Amino acid sequence: MTAERILPLLVAVPLLGAALLVGAGRWLPRYTADVFGLFVSGGTGALAVAQLVGVRGATGPVEWVAGWRPEGGSGVGIVLVGDGAGLGLAALISALVTAALVYSRRFFDEPPPGQAGAFPALLLLFQAGMCGFVLTGDLFNAFVFFELMGVIAYALTGYRVEEARAVQGALTFGFVNSLGGYATLLGIGLLYARTGELGFAQIGAALDAAAGGGDALVTTGFALVATGLLVKAAAVPFHFWLPDAHSVAPTPVCMLLSGVMVELGVYGIARLYWATFAGPGGVPAADAHRVLLVQGVLTAVLGAVMCWQQRHLKRLLAFSTIAHTGLFLTALSALTPEAATGVGVYLVAHAGVKAALFGCVGVLLDRFGSVDERELHGRGRELRFVGVLFAVGGLALAGLPPFGTALGKALCEEAAGPGATVLFVAVSAVTGAAVLRTAAGVFLGAGEPPAGPPHFPRAAARGPRTEHRSAATGGRGAGESGTSDEHDTAPGPEQEGEPETTGSGEEPETAGPVTRAPDSMLVATTALLAGGLAVGCVPALWPHLAHAADGLSDHSAYIAAVFGSPETPPASTAPNWKVSGVLLDLLATLLALVLARTAPRITAGTRRAAWARPLRRLHSGHVGDYVACTVAGMALLGLLLR
Amino acid sequence: MNLLPFLCAGWLFLVGCYALATSRNLIHAVGALAVCQSSTYVLLLAVGYRSGGTAPVFSDVPPGARPVVDPVVQALTLTDVVVGATVTALLLALVVQIAKRHGTVDPDELRELRG
Repeated sequence: MTAERILPLLVAVPLLGAALLVGAGRWLPRYTADVFGLFVSGGTGALAVAQLVGVRGATGPVEWVAGWRPEGGSGVGIVLVGDGAGLGLAALISALVTAALVYSRRFFDEPPPGQAGAFPALLLLFQAGMCGFVLTGDLFNAFVFFELMGVIAYALTGYRVEEARAVQGALTFGFVNSLGGYATLLGIGLLYARTGELGFAQIGAALDAAAGGGDALVTTGFALVATGLLVKAAAVPFHFWLPDAHSVAPTPVCMLLSGVMVELGVYGIARLYWATFAGPGGVPAADAHRVLLVQGVLTAVLGAVMCWQQRHLKRLLAFSTIAHTGLFLTALSALTPEAATGVGVYLVAHAGVKAALFGCVGVLLDRFGSVDERELHGRGRELRFVGVLFAVGGLALAGLPPFGTALGKALCEEAAGPGATVLFVAVSAVTGAAVLRTAAGVFLGAGEPPAGPPHFPRAAARGPRTEHRSAATGGRGAGESGTSDEHDTAPGPEQEGEPETTGSGEEPETAGPVTRAPDSMLVATTALLAGGLAVGCVPALWPHLAHAADGLSDHSAYIAAVFGSPETPPASTAPNWKVSGVLLDLLATLLALVLARTAPRITAGTRRAAWARPLRRLHSGHVGDYVACTVAGMALLGLLLR
Repeated sequence: MNLLPFLCAGWLFLVGCYALATSRNLIHAVGALAVCQSSTYVLLLAVGYRSGGTAPVFSDVPPGARPVVDPVVQALTLTDVVVGATVTALLLALVVQIAKRHGTVDPDELRELRG
């Protein structure tokens, strides 16, 4: 079997595994279903890594599915392109799905009756959708995989359908992402109307062949396709779905959403621009630079500000993901191979670190039935190891060498210039400080204990599991169960009118409260954090990342590779640590520590920063508002592209 | 080239967005999303249309004997319909759960996830 023939398997194997799990789930014990899921996701990852070893730049395997090759420069075939970036991301996706499966070993101890395979099957489907998205060389297929991973993500977000918050978050997620997807499809329609082609490379080649360069139709097509990708990447003002979805999704799902799905939006933008629009017939580099820079800076600043304001731990991490996506977009706006390398390193390391942080929060949720910073104050003392992991994750987020995040940040700063460097240091310091502040409060009891009693009696946070189950099976009326959930919905007295989401009254995801952190959770979390460290410490990885980025950012090489005449890639320089970068990383880490040290005095009690209040009000949880902001964002995109 | 189908597609998308933004009922909002999506059907089919063309079926005539409309966009539209059905079904299922858990389908009354 040749290398090309393996490519479709990266999508087909998880799909088939999911189908088998759903089909046989009725008869499978939980353990077998989990091990099978692990086997499938891990095997897919191994296939991706095996392919990746021989790839240099854009000269990876290219498969025209079922042999429908283009004849005379045009055709209707669908192409899968296994270049460095695509295969590398497929490997990252598989690694994270495997970690999430290990992590969820103890989760949902009572899966839906008779369906032990439901959750692993959904994760495998998610993996198939994401792998398809990164490997396809066809714009319409990218849309289909985009929607596939979207739909699975909505279902996973609302997996605990008996919870009021979960279904609301999933619905918001669904509306905003689907709307973005349809904008993408409109853009694909316009590009097809102009070129008669659907592939990234084929459209790019056709645009370059046309005389005169890009016009309004091409620009509109780019803006529309980019809208969907920016929604996925949670760029401001398309980002509103992300914190709501992360607040309610089960922890392993948060790992995947924040770790890799959101970043696929950034990858999509990079792929779309370089493969299709970077030529003379596409979008001028100055326009693309302006769009990415404005979106990136807005996203990074808003993400960092909102991250600092949160007390709901998952929501805090969600906003930190938004801030980091903003940094990725800002770095990408340099539109150079070096910037792409930096983003690649940063993205991979961030995936490990962020997933590990979510893993720690998941342990807190299962131990205490809460993810609220104030309610958990000082209660995490017994979970010493988790506390260490969480604090180290916070330091890594701020950019502590030798973590991969620090290397990626340094490379991005170098590629994006001095102005962006200030932004990078400030944003990573604030997001890291928010995590460190929480770590100090929860695991050390630092700072003042929260003023006043917690919003809800502890018992309410502990008890409702059985209640919900009886609500599910007993078939009570809608109004009745609405009242039983009142302790979840009623705002506490002190926060009347205050736009915020508390993290109390959450349901643990295991059957009962865990007395100590389960080994499976700790193993997965530690492994993810170690992965984030390895990106910065294992020089053998760096040339691969550089090759992948060079291939991604080379317009003509990608087109040549798809049409079967790969060019020999120029030797790329592997990234490495530099003194200036290390010093800036240390500065960001120091700033984060100082901020976290002063934080308890700032946020103790109930006083919140008044200036941030309008911003917090904007995050209203209302679908209509979010859709209006999405449309406004499309208008902004149009203005920026002109 | 007739501009009308393209204007129609744009109008459908915008009017769907307006309905989504102002919706007072989540079932209505799911419908509004379907309106947004139908703009993609109109656009795709308009892109592939040829004046005087017939359906691209060659069972009774040899290829090239008469103009046909573009079959690729029809395949895209069909795929799009399937995607839309999946999304609509899932969103409606979530709305059912929201009605059960919150006792309302008015988005103005869902006020839990804020700030």
